[in-house]
Amino acid sequence: MQEKVTQVKVEEAQSNTGDPVTVLRYVGDITSASKAAVLGTYQGLPAGTKRIVLDFSGVDYLNSSGIALVIQLMIAAAKGGQKIQTFGLKPHFIKVFTMVGITKYTTLHPDETAARAAFAS
Amino acid sequence: MTEPQNYFEIQLPSRLGSEKVAMSRAADVARSMGFDEERIEDLKTAIAEACINAIEHGNKLDETLPVGVILSKGENSLEVRVVDSGQGPQHRAVVPDIDKKMHEEEHSRGMGMFLIESLVDEVEWVSSPHVGSYARLVIRLNPAEEEA
Repeated sequence: MQEKVTQVKVEEAQSNTGDPVTVLRYVGDITSASKAAVLGTYQGLPAGTKRIVLDFSGVDYLNSSGIALVIQLMIAAAKGGQKIQTFGLKPHFIKVFTMVGITKYTTLHPDETAARAAFAS
Repeated sequence: MTEPQNYFEIQLPSRLGSEKVAMSRAADVARSMGFDEERIEDLKTAIAEACINAIEHGNKLDETLPVGVILSKGENSLEVRVVDSGQGPQHRAVVPDIDKKMHEEEHSRGMGMFLIESLVDEVEWVSSPHVGSYARLVIRLNPAEEEA
């Protein structure tokens, strides 16, 4: 029962209005060991990235240290004027994200279509 | 006829990631008692955070020091003790302030004790460095009835 290494796939997509959207798809566990995957991948995004979708549908285990990394990503994104939408969290982690207040800074959408559409509003 | 087992003890190395063993075992025990999946997820997160605290703060990542996880089945509740060799928590759980975190006025970490206290029905932090400090967590099958 080892920790599952975090993998991230970066995909380019579009919002409903045709604007470019970068989707970060996480697979595995998100823990204190995920700094390179979460923050390193974010820091490697091209300059000019404005819209980011976080896809947690491949994540089964996310602890408070992992949530702290997500918060650090959100801090950096806020400083850069980037917008973040989120989807794919399991119901339990929707509850945990809500408890710690992250929902004040990113909306947790039911699916990717809704997440991408939210950039238009 | 064999008596049902009501007490389980696991020893974990003080290595981050080992908490998943305790999560899995606790989920199996809780499931056998009839807890629903939502409560089991709450329990798993609470145990994970208690183990991480024990590994990082109690045993200071010293892999030669074990973290003990003791599961005790009651008639209507499951008690979990997570034991380490440290001094016990030096502060109370802090409710995270996301605005302060986003403005870097509060550390982005430090949410573990808050999550534990929010997700289970009863928590006790016991400081006993000579015999093992521990967190005691309880979840109940019918929490509303217990509180009434």
